[in-house]
Amino acid sequence: MEALKQRVKELLALAQVKAVLGYTKGTGDRRRPLFIRAAGQVDQLVLDEACTQNLAAYATKREVKQLGKVAVISLPSTQRALLQLMAERQLRDGEVVVLAVDGSEIKEITSASALEEHLARKVTHLDSEDKATLERLAAMSREERWGFWRKELSRCMKCYACRNSCPMCYCEQCTMDCNRPQWVPVASHAFGNLEYHMVRTMHLAGRCVECGECGRACPVGIPVHLLTYCTEESVHEQFGQCAGRTAKLDYALATFKADDQESFIR
Amino acid sequence: MAAKFEPKITAFVCNWCTYAGADLTGTSRIKYQSNVRILRVPCTGRIDFMMVMKALHQGADGVIVSGCHPNDCHYTSGNYHARRRWMVFKKMMDILGVDMRRIAFSWVSAAEGAKWAQLVNEVTDQVRALGPYVEYRQLVGAGIE
Ligand code: SF4
Ligand code: SF4
Repeated sequence: MEALKQRVKELLALAQVKAVLGYTKGTGDRRRPLFIRAAGQVDQLVLDEACTQNLAAYATKREVKQLGKVAVISLPSTQRALLQLMAERQLRDGEVVVLAVDGSEIKEITSASALEEHLARKVTHLDSEDKATLERLAAMSREERWGFWRKELSRCMKCYACRNSCPMCYCEQCTMDCNRPQWVPVASHAFGNLEYHMVRTMHLAGRCVECGECGRACPVGIPVHLLTYCTEESVHEQFGQCAGRTAKLDYALATFKADDQESFIR
Repeated sequence: MAAKFEPKITAFVCNWCTYAGADLTGTSRIKYQSNVRILRVPCTGRIDFMMVMKALHQGADGVIVSGCHPNDCHYTSGNYHARRRWMVFKKMMDILGVDMRRIAFSWVSAAEGAKWAQLVNEVTDQVRALGPYVEYRQLVGAGIE
């Protein structure tokens, strides 16, 4: 921790970066993001198990981009998101400095290729609770699955925290906010919620970096991340590509192979 | 006595193949069930998955999506893109538990008038057997829970 603080101070002092994104103490046991712009703030830094938020969501924000080059103290999930943002040309190679903390070692990654290499050695494991829910869903009949989601989504109040916390939902104008024409109902009734979650899920297929942030952000605890995990998994299975592993990736649904295999089109 | 249930089927078809194919069905005087409402779009690539959902929302009991065979797209690759979209869409519907027996995908070329008639008949029969799409209707009618 001291070494990290020292390094952050150095980066700012040498003006190599204009700001450093990290975590600090939030309400109760929670952690919240911290934007360090001066050496005086460095002591507020916290880095522990409770730091889970995907900070990559801030890297594309206009307010952050205006600052200039930033460094991000990041977890593997944040790193995957940053790489995917580079693939989607939302960040330039070298636009952010990745500070990867592994035990006592601090790795400073400045290029996309180094980030790819770093991530290649990390395997993402599904959370045991998520794994259990997915297994439960897989064992259900179709009607039970429909019932499961109907019940879960009935609690959704369309606060859009799941969208706003997602590093891949960076559109400044989201189709959800478009009311002329009103494509997706704004009201959070059963049907409006289903349509919203369908749109969110489809728009993240092949782009979700499986950080689980959307599910963690949900104030009522709906496992919405499982929806995007499933479409991401299906893209991986069917088209053999995976988001957030390389900085050079064509969007799975904007490209094709003549021999894509399906079995349901008559 | 309640009237016999007749399903409403919405078909999204591309202008260049299936629409012409359906036209051929007519000019060849092939009879098929009249439950289908055809909506013509430029290309299968134009069919946003939400259009299918909107059709169900508006009261369709079943949906057909059909366009040119792979390699025959008027715009070269619209159907290939559509195919990928449906491949992912199907997985999402699967996890959500939406009844995919009500949504049929097909390639019908401008020369396949008979195939179009057969497709419509098959889908209509299947949806008729399944009955009205109550699950979705309930959802739409549920309002704020
Ligand atoms: S959809 Fe959820 S899990 Fe996927 S990248 Fe966005 S926040 Fe992370
Ligand atoms: S965060 Fe939860 S309550 Fe808010 S819109 Fe998403 S699913 Fe609904």
